[in-house]
Amino acid sequence: MTTNALLLRGGRLVDPSQGLDEVGDLLITDGVVEAIGRVGEVRRDGNALETIDVAGRVVSPGFIDVHCHLREPGREEVETIATGARAAAAGGFTAVCAMPNTDPVTDNQAAVGFIISQAKRAGGSKVYPIGAISIGQLGETLAEFGEMIGAGAVAVSDDGKPVVSAQLMRTALEYARTFGIPVADHCEEPTLAMGGAMNEGVMSARLGLRGIPAEAEEIMAIRDILLARRTGGHIHLCHMSTKGSVELIRWGKERGINVTAEVCPHHLSLTEESVEGYNTNAKMNPPLRTAADVAALQDAVKDGTIDVIATDHAPHHYDEKERAFADAPNGIVGLETALSVNLTWLVHRGTLDVPTLVEKMACAPARIFKLPGGSLRRGAPADVTVFDAEVAWTVDPARFRSKGRNTPYAGMTLRGRVDCTLVDGRVVYRRGD
Amino acid sequence: MTGPLGKDLLGLESLSGEQIRLILDTAEPFKEISERAIKKVPTLRGSTIVNLFFEASTRTRVSFEFAQKRLSADAVNVAASGSSVSKGETLVDTARNLEAMRIDMVVIRHGASGAARFLAERIESNVINAGDGTHEHPTQALLDMLTLRDHFKRLAGLRICICGDVLHSRVARSNMWGLQKMGAEVAVCGPRSLLPNAIDEMGVTVFRHIEDAIQWADALNILRLQLERMQGGYIPSLREYNRVFGVSSERLNRAPKDLLILHPGPMNRGVEIDSDVADGPHSVILNQVTNGVAVRMAVLYLLSGGKPELAEAAKGGGGR
Amino acid sequence: MPRRFCFAWRPVILQPMTDRQSIVLDARAMDRTLRRMADEIVELNEGTDDLVIVGIQRRGVQLAARIVSSINDREHVDLPSGALDITLYRDDLQTVGPRPVVGPTNLPWGIDGKHVVIVDDVLYTGRTIRAALDELADFGRPRRIALAVLIDRGGRELPIQPDVVGRRLDVRASQRVDVLVAELDDRNAVIVADKQ
Repeated sequence: MTTNALLLRGGRLVDPSQGLDEVGDLLITDGVVEAIGRVGEVRRDGNALETIDVAGRVVSPGFIDVHCHLREPGREEVETIATGARAAAAGGFTAVCAMPNTDPVTDNQAAVGFIISQAKRAGGSKVYPIGAISIGQLGETLAEFGEMIGAGAVAVSDDGKPVVSAQLMRTALEYARTFGIPVADHCEEPTLAMGGAMNEGVMSARLGLRGIPAEAEEIMAIRDILLARRTGGHIHLCHMSTKGSVELIRWGKERGINVTAEVCPHHLSLTEESVEGYNTNAKMNPPLRTAADVAALQDAVKDGTIDVIATDHAPHHYDEKERAFADAPNGIVGLETALSVNLTWLVHRGTLDVPTLVEKMACAPARIFKLPGGSLRRGAPADVTVFDAEVAWTVDPARFRSKGRNTPYAGMTLRGRVDCTLVDGRVVYRRGD
Repeated sequence: MTGPLGKDLLGLESLSGEQIRLILDTAEPFKEISERAIKKVPTLRGSTIVNLFFEASTRTRVSFEFAQKRLSADAVNVAASGSSVSKGETLVDTARNLEAMRIDMVVIRHGASGAARFLAERIESNVINAGDGTHEHPTQALLDMLTLRDHFKRLAGLRICICGDVLHSRVARSNMWGLQKMGAEVAVCGPRSLLPNAIDEMGVTVFRHIEDAIQWADALNILRLQLERMQGGYIPSLREYNRVFGVSSERLNRAPKDLLILHPGPMNRGVEIDSDVADGPHSVILNQVTNGVAVRMAVLYLLSGGKPELAEAAKGGGGR
Repeated sequence: MPRRFCFAWRPVILQPMTDRQSIVLDARAMDRTLRRMADEIVELNEGTDDLVIVGIQRRGVQLAARIVSSINDREHVDLPSGALDITLYRDDLQTVGPRPVVGPTNLPWGIDGKHVVIVDDVLYTGRTIRAALDELADFGRPRRIALAVLIDRGGRELPIQPDVVGRRLDVRASQRVDVLVAELDDRNAVIVADKQ
């Protein structure tokens, strides 16, 4: 059997998992990282060595998105596991976690198995299913966590909906401890958020749109944190969007409560002002908030209060967004703009350095969700992202690999772009291909 | 070439004070037309207008219809009530259908905020917002302002208090912006549960007690209290609302001066306004109705015409 | 119809202008012309019975007022006068768009059976007068409608002719005729100028 070897030559190797940030070569053999070293010093005997010159590029562990919606099964016209996995690859994600709010809901081992098998056939980035907390995401009966984990699920969540019952959330946190998986919650107090279409504030008052107050998120965030304290379970708070939530997470972490949190690129970059003109591509849940919230979230990413950046990639059919604002569905696509948005708003404006961004997009997600990857250590799976941190480009949704085109970044010029994505040493995306 | 108001009238927030003044000034001569024996001028002859009402509204629709007929436009009423199709899909399909029929103007009333703008961005015809969700109702605010100006001969410096359910009121928003642009001072008064949470950041004075509002104001614009609000849990009962916030002659009599009373209608007598106030000497509620036709004629007139291709063809002719 | 003031009917041939405008009538000449027009109107009407003078907004209104006061002085009567704004009756809304300013139409008495004289400043294409006739028809049925204009500059696009003319000018299409009235323009004059 011939061995497959690939040398990424002369890139800036950034791997916070081993405190690495230097220019060098990365050698991959048979889908795993074989060696890292100074330029020209990594050698390998044998003839089948392919070399990619990555000088001037960042070489990092592949990004892992712990929160996306791939719509299959049920809404294959909107996205499939295959198109989602290709979009992920184009965005530098070597693995994504698919939320269970499909149709039917991913709430049993067969449904989890279906996603695993579809992902294998897709051959793009890895797809890890997240199972539902409750059967049918109805918030009533606990789903079979054990069987779903056995079939390949990596976490549980009723995302898309909050877990309304505090008792159910308590049980889920306790039960999940057996399997050592996080319980991911979409924090939204339903009676406060009911009918809301955007952040509650001056903008919503001006536009005559029903608002979702920050407290709708914060009340559930603190409930979940307190239940994690009570149960010792691992609560993972999805898509945090408010300054108040940041303070609550900080409070929880200071007390050693097992809480982790994620934030989306759009909540780190855009404010409710984007809704102006009833722009349905700026409609998501949680909604875009205020500049003060954005600043607090950016600080929270920097100081570690927020652990990971996840996309909440939520494709919709184009005519679903062609509606009056209140009638349009929530969500935007995010896989193919996440890195660029993060670089543009966080790195190039001086809040984060590149290693910290890699930590938030690759290392921390692997650690928290206990996934392979997130590191370039010798012997680790060769899930690698190569990106240009500087280049400016203009977002053209028509060129997305995702079937979704719904993005508020259309037409914006962003800085930084993925060049090449490797999954298990195999190139799954190369810009220009 | 677009007219002095642009292509559409979507709201007063996007108009300048000068544009608002132009509409009010233009409405003046239109008042006189409604007093003539033959209440009709040929101005919009040949124009086709669709009155597209996704929400039931007799007053506004009839007022627009009269305005259109008095300007000799051909108007068609379409009542598109909520069918099994979702509202949004209907709206985008409707836009395409209207565009295909080559109509000149659309007057739209819709339950979703932003619906008028949604339509305006998708068709070339002029669009007039006759009320979109809880966003704006510009012609109502314009007729309110015309009525105030008729009485006080000015708007600048006037103190107007908008009373009641500001949270869900498109009339309140349009009035707030329109009056402020014309130099009036605006206040609101109502239960805090029916005011936007951010009301303090909207440049208006907030009165907790209707008595204080009455002491302060030159005129009250009393909003209709939608009966659904009680079912929605915003207020405990209509009776209590009337006790605490209702405008009664007893309360008005304690004011230092006579207050002008406006109400966009239809009124809930005995809830937000007592009958003796509604029918009293300082009520201009029927003047509002009369002015509604004149204001809408002015808006139709100012938005119409000016088709660039025709203007090109007419060059060389023209002049007097 | 009496046409005694022969000099008035001789077209004035304007000298080629070196500057951009020339005065056709100064204030005194304008006064004289209006007084003569007032006399002609009374003659045309064979007296002042049932006579109603209506000026077209804008400058026709001021000219009509002067004609009325001239008639009132000479005939010792108190003629009714009115104002007509034809903006809403124009046939060019679809092409040029709305005129932002719509003036009042003020006909405070019935015009049924009256002898209405429309007064305007400049007669050119005839479209304004067409609109004025349409508008008057909406107010009633006068026994007779006559037209008095201070300046007739030719260039008719409709079969409309004046009954009383102050001055006839032969003006190129590239020029415009401005009638200035003190009430609006701070002076009285008729000026021919090149269009900008």
